[in-house]
Amino acid sequence: MKWLSLLMLLPLAGAAIVSALPKGNDKAAKQAALGTTLVVMAATIAMAVGFQRDNVDLQYVESYAWIPSFGINFALGVDAIALVLILMSTILAPIVVLAGWNEAHGGRWSVKTFYILILVLETMMIGVFAATDLFLFYVIFEAMLIPVYFLIGGYGSGERSAAAVKFLLYSLFGGLLMLAAIIALYVMSGAQGGHTFDIDKLSQLQMSSTTQNLLFLGFFIAFAIKAPVWPFHTWLPDAANSATPGTSVLLLGVLDKVGTFGMIRYCLTLFPDASKTFTPLIMVLAVISILYGAFLAIGAKDIKRLIAYTSISHFGFITMGIFAMTSQAQSGSILYMFNHGFSTAALFLVAGWMISRRGSSTIADFGGLQRITPIMAWSFFIAGLSSLALPGLSSFVSEFLVLVGTFTRYPVHAVIATFGIVLAALYILIPVQKALHGPTTPGNESLKDLNLREKLAIAPVIAIIVALGFYPSPLLKVINPAATHVISQMGFTDPAPSNGGK
Amino acid sequence: MIFTSPALSYTLLSPILILLGGALIGVLVEAFVSKALRPVVQLTLSLGTLMLALMQVWRIRGEESLTPAMGSLVIDGPAVLIQGSILIIAIISIFLIADTEQFTPLAAALPGSAEERQAEQAGNQVTEVYPLTLFAVSGMMIFPIATDLIMLFVALEVLSLPLYLMAGLSRRRRLASQESALKYFLLGSFASAFFLFGAAYLYGFSGSITFSGIQAAVVGGTGNDVLLLIGMSFLSIGLLFKVGAVPFHSWTPDVYQGAPTPITAFMAAATKVAAFGAMLRIYYTVFANAEWSWIPVISAIAIISMVLGSLVAIAQRDVKRMLAYSSIAHAGFLLSGIIALNKSGLDATIFYLFAYGIATVGGFAVVTLVRDSSGEVTDLNRWKGLGKRSPFAASAFALFLLAFAGIPLTSGFIGKFSIFSAAYENGATAVVITGVLSSAIAAFFYIRVIVLMFFTDAVEDGTAVEIPSILTRATVIIAAVITLVLGIYPAPVLDFITDLAIFIR
Repeated sequence: MKWLSLLMLLPLAGAAIVSALPKGNDKAAKQAALGTTLVVMAATIAMAVGFQRDNVDLQYVESYAWIPSFGINFALGVDAIALVLILMSTILAPIVVLAGWNEAHGGRWSVKTFYILILVLETMMIGVFAATDLFLFYVIFEAMLIPVYFLIGGYGSGERSAAAVKFLLYSLFGGLLMLAAIIALYVMSGAQGGHTFDIDKLSQLQMSSTTQNLLFLGFFIAFAIKAPVWPFHTWLPDAANSATPGTSVLLLGVLDKVGTFGMIRYCLTLFPDASKTFTPLIMVLAVISILYGAFLAIGAKDIKRLIAYTSISHFGFITMGIFAMTSQAQSGSILYMFNHGFSTAALFLVAGWMISRRGSSTIADFGGLQRITPIMAWSFFIAGLSSLALPGLSSFVSEFLVLVGTFTRYPVHAVIATFGIVLAALYILIPVQKALHGPTTPGNESLKDLNLREKLAIAPVIAIIVALGFYPSPLLKVINPAATHVISQMGFTDPAPSNGGK
Repeated sequence: MIFTSPALSYTLLSPILILLGGALIGVLVEAFVSKALRPVVQLTLSLGTLMLALMQVWRIRGEESLTPAMGSLVIDGPAVLIQGSILIIAIISIFLIADTEQFTPLAAALPGSAEERQAEQAGNQVTEVYPLTLFAVSGMMIFPIATDLIMLFVALEVLSLPLYLMAGLSRRRRLASQESALKYFLLGSFASAFFLFGAAYLYGFSGSITFSGIQAAVVGGTGNDVLLLIGMSFLSIGLLFKVGAVPFHSWTPDVYQGAPTPITAFMAAATKVAAFGAMLRIYYTVFANAEWSWIPVISAIAIISMVLGSLVAIAQRDVKRMLAYSSIAHAGFLLSGIIALNKSGLDATIFYLFAYGIATVGGFAVVTLVRDSSGEVTDLNRWKGLGKRSPFAASAFALFLLAFAGIPLTSGFIGKFSIFSAAYENGATAVVITGVLSSAIAAFFYIRVIVLMFFTDAVEDGTAVEIPSILTRATVIIAAVITLVLGIYPAPVLDFITDLAIFIR
C-alpha cells in the first residue's frame, strides 16, 4: 500500500470537499476538516504500527518520475525521524482544528478558506518530512510558506499583515540561499555521473572542502531561520503574536521542526565534513539561543510572545543536541522535537482560550484564574511545567538526554545550557503565579471555564505529555536506532563514560 | 546577365507568409469594409491568421533546413520553438487588443482637439492596430531565424516600426502615450544605427554578411580582432536595447507606462522572446568561439540588470512601471541563459522565455481590468483591497507575481532553477549568486503588491474591476493555467524543448 502518497492525498481530498461545500455553511466546513484530519491521523498511526523500528533504511519508499530531464522524482520515504515528525504533525492537526473551532471567524476571508488552507498545509507538512528527493523537499519547503502566509495575514490579529510579510521574507531569503546550494549540488551531480536529486546519491558526491563549507552554510542558514536559531529568530515572536493560536501551534510545533529536521537530514548527511567544521560555532549559537530566549521570555509581558521566546530557548536545546554528535543527544533532540510540539500546542491553545475570554493577551490582565476557571488554569499549569521540563513530564526526558549527551563531548556548553533550565523555571512560574494565582484581577470574575469541545481538544495533548514523561520507551525504541545510525554515518563513536575525578 | 529565380521552401516559410498575407488583407479591410463591421472582421482575420500560422509551425516542427530562403533564413528546432512561443503569446495578446476601449479613436488628432472629440462621438476605432500587430509578429518571426546581417536588420525594423506606432495609440493620457512612442522611436533608431554600425564592422572583419561566414572567420581567427570586438559590441547594443537590459533600459518604464496596456503586454512578452531568440542564435553559433571576449561583458550586464531592475522596482508606485522594472530584472535572468552557452542553457532560456512571456501577458491583462470611470487605475495605492472586490483578478495577479518571483509550483520557479543551474554549469557563479539574491529583493516588491491586494482595507474611490469582454477573461485564465501547469508538471514541455532545441549551422 502506498501509505505516504495516500497520507498526502487525503488532506487534499478533504480540501476539495470543503471547497465544494455551499457558501456560508461554516459548520459543515469545520466538520469536514475535523473528519479529514482525524482520518489522516488514524492512517498515520496505522502506518506507524507497521514501521520496522530496527531497520535504519528508508521505509514505505515510493518514487515516480516527475521531471525526468532534470532527474527529479516524486520520491517519498520515511526513517524513524521523519516518521515521528509526521506522526506529531498529523496528531496535532485535528487538535488544532478542534481547539480553534471559532478562530476563523475574525478573518478577512471565509471560514471555508481557512480550512482549505489548513488542509493544504497538512499535505505539505507530511510531504516535507517524507520527501527523499531534494528538489521535492525544496518545492514543498517553499510552497508551504504560502498557506501559512495567508493564515497569519488573513486570520491573525494585531499587525497581522506585517508579521506575515516578515515571516515570508525571512523564509524566502533563507530558501533562496538554499536554492543556490541546491543548484550547485545538481550541477556537481551532473558532472559526476548524471543529474539527480536523490539524497543518498547526493551524499556520495565528491567536493572540495571549501565548496562543502559554502554549501553547508547555504542549507544551514535556511534551516536556522526556520528553526529559529539566534540570531535568525527575529521573525518568530511577531509571527506567533499575530497568528491565531492554532496557526501558531502549526507554525512553532511543525513548521519550525522542518528547520531542525533539515539539519539532521540534509546538513549532517550531505556535508558531514563541513558539519564538523562548523560544529563549534553552531554549539555557541545554540547555547546563546537557549539563554537569550529564556531571558526574553522572563521579560515578556505578552503571553503569546512569552511562548514564542520559550520556543527559541527550546530550539537551542534541539540544535545543541543535533550537533553534539553523540547518539544520546541525537535521540534526545529527536524526542525533543516531538515533545516540544505537544507542550507548545498545550501552551498556545490554552493561552488562546484565555486570551479570547479575557480579550487581552497581557499577562498582567489575568489573575486568580485558578479559582474562577480551574480546569483551564490546571491545563496551563501542566503545559507550563512540561515546558520547563519537570521530571515526570515528557520534555524532561528529552532535555535530560540532550544535556547528558552533550556533556560527554562538550561539558562546558552543557553546563552553561543547564542554566537554561533554571531560567525556564522562572519564565514559567512567574506568569503562572501572576495569571493563575493571587487575587482575582477585576474583570475576570465572570470568565467561563473550558467547555466540552475544549476539554476534548486539550485532554489528548496532556495525556501524551504525561504518558511520555513516565514511559518514553516506545518512542525511544523507534528513535534510538535512527539516531545511532546518523552518528555512526558521521564517523563518530560515543565517548566512553569516564568515572569522574577518581 | 543571368537571373536565377530564388529557390524558396514555401512550406517552411509558410508561417511567415501567412502572417504577411493576413496583415496585407487587414490593410485592405481597413480600406474597403464598412466602419461598423471592421472590428469584428479584423479580429476574426487576425485570430485566424495567427492560428493558421501556429498550425503551420506545429506541422514543420522537427524539420531542419539551412536554405529555406537562399541561405538568408534557417529553420531548425529552436526556430520552431521561438516562433511557436511568439504566436501563442500573440494570440492571447490579440484577445486584449480586441478591447477597443483602450485605444484612441483617431491617432492623428491632437490630444484634446476638436477632431478628436468628433472622432470619439462618431464612434471611430483604430482597427489599424490589428494589421500593425500582424506586421510586428511577422518581423518577430523572422528575427530569430535570420542568418545574415541584412535579413536580421530588416526583421528588426519590421518588428519595431509597428510597435513604435502602437505605443502612441492610448486613449487615456494621450500626451504621455505619444511621448512614449516618440521616445521609443528615437531611442530605437539609435539602437538600430548602432546595430548597423556593428554589422558594418563585422563585414569588415569577416568579409561576409552571413552568419556562417562570420562564424568561419571567428573560428579561423584570421581576421582583425579589433574589428570583431567593435562589431560585436555594437551589434550587441542593438540587441540588448530590444530586450531592455541595463544600461540600455531607460525607454522601458516610460514606454511600458505610456503605451496602451494591451500593447504593453504584447510588446513586453513577444519582443523579448524574439530578441532573445535572435541573441541565442547569434551568441550560441556565430560568436560561440569568441566566448572569451563577450562572456565577461554579458555577465556584467546581466548582474547590473538583475540588481538595478529589482532595486528600482521597489520604489515604484505605478503597477506598469513596477512591471517594467521587473522586466529589466528578468532580462538579466535571461542573459544568464545566454552566458550558460550549453545545451541546458538553450533549453532553459527557451522555457523561461515562454513561461515569462505567458505570465507577462497575464499580468498586464489583469492590469487592464482594474478601472475607474476615467479608465485604467495603475496607481498601486488604489489597488488596495482588490482581493475583496474581485477575488478573480486579485488571485490571478498574485499567481503571476509569484511566478515572477520564482516561487515553487509556478512556471517561474522551474524557469529560474533551470536557467541558473545551466549558468552555474558554465562557471558563472557570480551571476547565479546575484540572481538568487536579487530574486530575494524582487520577492519583496511582488509580495508588497499581494499585501496591498489582500491584506489592506479597500479605499472607496470608485476603483472597480470590470471584465470588459470574455476574451480578456480568457487571456487571464489561459495564462494562469499555463503558469500553473508549467510549475507543477513541466516534464512534457521540457522534454519537447530538449528534443527540439538544437541549432543547425
